[in-house]
Amino acid sequence: METNTVTTTNQQIDLLVKKKSGFKDFFRKLSRSWTGMLGFSLIILLLLLSVFGGLIAPFDPMDAPLRERLLPPLTDGHILGTDQLGRDILSRIIAGTKVSVIIGLATALLAGLIGTVVGVIAGYFRGWIDVVLMRIVDVQLSFPFILLVLVISAVLGAGLTNIVISLALAGWVVFARVIRSEVLAIREKEFITAAIATGVPKFEILFRHILPNIFTPIIILVSLQMGTYIIAEASVSFLGFGVQPPTPAWGNMLNEGKDYIFSSWWLITFPGIAIIITTLGVNLFGDWLRDTLDPELKGE
Amino acid sequence: MTESSLIEVKNLKKYYEISQGLFKPKLVVKAVDDVSFSIKRGETFALVGESGCGKSTTGKTLLRLTDATSGEVRFKGEDILSLPYEKMRSLRKEMQMVFQDPYASLNPKMTIRQILLEPLRVHKKYSPEERMKKIVDILEIVGLSRSHLDRHPNEFSGGQRQRIGIARAVVLNPDFIIADEPVSALDVSVQSQVINLMLELQKEFGLTYLFISHDLSVVEHMTDRVAVMYLGKIVELADTEELFANPKHPYTQALISAVPVSHPKDVKERIVLKGDVPNPANPPSGCTFHTRCPFVMDKCKSVEPSLTEIGNGHITSCHLYSKNKEENINAIIYS
Repeated sequence: METNTVTTTNQQIDLLVKKKSGFKDFFRKLSRSWTGMLGFSLIILLLLLSVFGGLIAPFDPMDAPLRERLLPPLTDGHILGTDQLGRDILSRIIAGTKVSVIIGLATALLAGLIGTVVGVIAGYFRGWIDVVLMRIVDVQLSFPFILLVLVISAVLGAGLTNIVISLALAGWVVFARVIRSEVLAIREKEFITAAIATGVPKFEILFRHILPNIFTPIIILVSLQMGTYIIAEASVSFLGFGVQPPTPAWGNMLNEGKDYIFSSWWLITFPGIAIIITTLGVNLFGDWLRDTLDPELKGE
Repeated sequence: MTESSLIEVKNLKKYYEISQGLFKPKLVVKAVDDVSFSIKRGETFALVGESGCGKSTTGKTLLRLTDATSGEVRFKGEDILSLPYEKMRSLRKEMQMVFQDPYASLNPKMTIRQILLEPLRVHKKYSPEERMKKIVDILEIVGLSRSHLDRHPNEFSGGQRQRIGIARAVVLNPDFIIADEPVSALDVSVQSQVINLMLELQKEFGLTYLFISHDLSVVEHMTDRVAVMYLGKIVELADTEELFANPKHPYTQALISAVPVSHPKDVKERIVLKGDVPNPANPPSGCTFHTRCPFVMDKCKSVEPSLTEIGNGHITSCHLYSKNKEENINAIIYS
């Protein structure tokens, strides 16, 4: 009888422990930090806008009634005004969200993939391959990031896919560096020695013991780098190498608006604010993620 | 005698090279310097010494967790230091290890089920159903239950984790287990539980232990023979009872005098050594212990003493007992 009671209590405790993990735990932790909450809300807003933006936008972002050009904000239903071709700025910003989110996310994932593979190979196998890969990383890190993106996209040509590829080719080195050092730290842990002593084959050690333990830093880095890539895309588009007009992107809206900066301030101000809010949201969330999932604090 | 020894170590050396800079010669640290001993099937052999004396390195080198500089390790007659990777990996099912820090030696991302199944899986032992039965059995033997299977290591106490570590080592039915300070990270109250568990397992599975420790009271309680190490060398080797009753080497005498007595009214003469352990990168000439030895003679500063048998398998390297004989390595190995 007594053993029975004990078992039930154990099961109840198990249930309690289980309930805390997953989504509920995520929101419980998120609600403790207002910056994390703000970042998370901004990211959700961005995602919603990029998916359902077409339904919310008051005007067609490509429709250019020239008679309504350069209208100031809050005239004729144009909340943020119109640009030099009469296109509604709010609708164009909403349409640009999609470009920024797709480019930020796709680049972070692609660069993360390349960088993780390189970092893991260098950190786990060491030896000459580590030396070779890390010198490549060193050389690439000595180039200014934007310059490198421009060079690669000049070779590849414009277009959404090519921007993602050139940003990823310029950005993977950051991942490679961080992931390599994570792998170096993990492979010295005693449980890796224990796995070798058990007789676990080399590749299984890599996939079952090392990769699961560097998953957290990968996630953190992907979210932090996303902000960088969104800014970089805007910069490249501003310079005319990125998303080509008339497709609306925040970067090329800035580019087109810069000629009217003294007469019509709204052309350049609102896309700029959109970039700031987006990067701020992504970075706040990334910071919170890092603080929460930091491997040093894990398991406490 | 040789037939009954499970593992034989001959002239094992592990040197680390420390780079001093581009144009300076490399410093050589002799972590394990010419160590020889053999462990009989079914016995518990202890390696003792203060931290940094090379006892853990010796253990890790035996399992090829670090590469030896030179020497021979024969396990069941086979020299394992020269085995190719895949053969060595397969041999590991017969020789396992229990680690010092139960907080670091279990993968935090794995459940107990995964941790215990892994050895069976990688060595393709039993069918999947039999594996489950086996790990539940072993979990109960070490005092945990099947309800713990899906938990992660961080949900357990240090003592429980060490039981899991022991279960992982024993689940493959190995012949030989190296226990590298298995209880030094645990509370004293838990230490005895874990030690008794290890002794029970030894009886049940016929295990042979290499027990690495700096805790002499634990060593006295559970081992059959002891080797005392100082600066990478074995300075004395004897049966446990003999060693504690009749220590010969001045270093062993000092170590044993430092074991706390169990009754406050018992008075014991304490030999306090002067100074610290010398830097292993720059060991003293002659006998490496001469800088701290209370009986130091002129000879000790220049001539390195060799291991000499002084009867009954009791071996020591000290000029106080040397019979001016040639180095008799066989006496050590076949003792």
